[in-house]
Amino acid sequence: MDAEKLRSLQLTAAKVRLGAVTGVFNAKSGHPGGSLSSADIFTYLYFRQLHIDPQNPKDPGRDRFVLSKGHCAPGLYAALAQRGYFSPEELERLRHIGAMLQGHPDMKGTPGVDMSTGSLGQGVSAAAGMALAAKMDGAGYRVYALLGDGEIQEGQVWEAAMFAAHRKLDNLCLIVDCNGLQIDGDVNQVAGIAPLDEKFRSFGFEALTADGHDFHSLEAAFDAAAACQGKPAVILAKTVKGKGVSFMENQAGWHGKAPNQEQYDQAMAELNAALKELG
Amino acid sequence: MADIVKKATRESFGEALVELGAENPNIVVLVADLADATKVENFGKAYPDRFIECGIAESNMVGVAAGLASCGKIPFATSFAMFSAGRAFEQVRNSVGYPHLNVKIVGSHAGISVGEDGATHQCCEDMALMRSIPGMVVLNPADHYEMKAAVKAAVEYNGPVYIRLGRLAVESCNNNDDYRFEIGKGITLREGGDITVIATGLMVGEAIQAVDALAAEGIHARLIDMHTVKPLDQELVVKAAKETGRIVTVEEHNVIGGLGEAVAACLGERCPTPLARMGVQDVFGHSGPAADLLKEFGLCAGGIAATVRKVLRK
Repeated sequence: MDAEKLRSLQLTAAKVRLGAVTGVFNAKSGHPGGSLSSADIFTYLYFRQLHIDPQNPKDPGRDRFVLSKGHCAPGLYAALAQRGYFSPEELERLRHIGAMLQGHPDMKGTPGVDMSTGSLGQGVSAAAGMALAAKMDGAGYRVYALLGDGEIQEGQVWEAAMFAAHRKLDNLCLIVDCNGLQIDGDVNQVAGIAPLDEKFRSFGFEALTADGHDFHSLEAAFDAAAACQGKPAVILAKTVKGKGVSFMENQAGWHGKAPNQEQYDQAMAELNAALKELG
Repeated sequence: MADIVKKATRESFGEALVELGAENPNIVVLVADLADATKVENFGKAYPDRFIECGIAESNMVGVAAGLASCGKIPFATSFAMFSAGRAFEQVRNSVGYPHLNVKIVGSHAGISVGEDGATHQCCEDMALMRSIPGMVVLNPADHYEMKAAVKAAVEYNGPVYIRLGRLAVESCNNNDDYRFEIGKGITLREGGDITVIATGLMVGEAIQAVDALAAEGIHARLIDMHTVKPLDQELVVKAAKETGRIVTVEEHNVIGGLGEAVAACLGERCPTPLARMGVQDVFGHSGPAADLLKEFGLCAGGIAATVRKVLRK
């Protein structure tokens, strides 16, 4: 990745963060913490990795993305809007009555959303089904799914992991947003999940690690995942919950809470300053 | 007139899938370690590339089916009703029902006729659970011919469908040449003006025996085979209520949430009519031979006839 591409991704990620916070503020509810920790991952996927065409969102040959941690919809919506699936103005109507953007992703109502999600643990199974369909049809598309590290506690994730490895779904790539926090606190104090890399390896996955806020690191991990043959891959992306808004960073309390006017103004000031710095 | 055959509807289901699979390459079958019990082994032999063994993990199976459907497949996700409709309820609701994906959820071994395995496997709540999901069609065919027609209709219908399979062999009753299956349209098997029996699934065969025995006593009961529990054929129910004045519903299911409650809601809103709901009276089953259990719960020809006489005496 050259310097220009890197700067372009960083600029887009800053806009995705602005969009996510704007959405949650206008909705007066929603999940800013995970949307911000995943913002660079969304950006990398939609602007570097996925083979997609926003003008043809139902193209049967497209790559698929499943947001298994569906509550981070504000981040996904901001990325989809930046990519041109719909107007960024839709973000201001997030969670409003009659709005296209529901509290959790709705594949029937929102262009670019490949699976309805929100109940944790279900997205990996659906993604495995999509990857299996590609194998059955001899189609070349790949399937990506993003999970939270708290979500790993759901048993269905591991049913799906066994299934994907048994079926040798090397066209499936999971990404775990390892921000270390869930609603009730520190993931490893609530109900420990470590060691995650060893768990996934023992379930038959290629387990990769990345800095979820470093595009060079993400690029290396996604390239290694794509090169993986005969088994599915998982990228354990180390992130900071609330990344980019100082008072939200590493605070479990910002998992599912909207900023008030003063907090919103401060968040926008910080995110706009970051955007300006990038030029 | 087609031959009268005595066969379990799960067998008919398996046959239908093999036949339909030949003409429709999008049909795929998912199983959770119960391929023999749900009678889809022959589909697996005929089309091994479209047969997906998921192991004992029904929640994942339903999610995988949702993903396959989103890519154009027509998945049949099969297991015992307790697990496909029960254990995986939330996956059916959120991954299949909410996005209205073209997945067919199949539940075999429903009701108390599971027999010796006992209460843990005798699912009497599956139709209630599936009925409660917006947009879900709920089918409970009565015999060989109806099951085959129902599976074909489910394939042609683009959306989620729940299909309940029977474990016991039943004699066919829908072998008339003019038989036509349509989702949401009940079948009138016997005409009569004194009372109407509305039965579904395994109970239709028992109800035929009951109605024919009552006819010999001079009681002329109408009999409706309600193969679609949702959407309910309200017009047929209201017509029967107006013309016969009394209704008895029969199902191998909890009286809460199934056919009886659907009929009660319809009548309450559109045509208040004396009603008796036969079924499992909000209790768990227990172990025993299937035929003995059905008799104990009154879900047999004798029990149905007795209830009809009692309702007519009131």
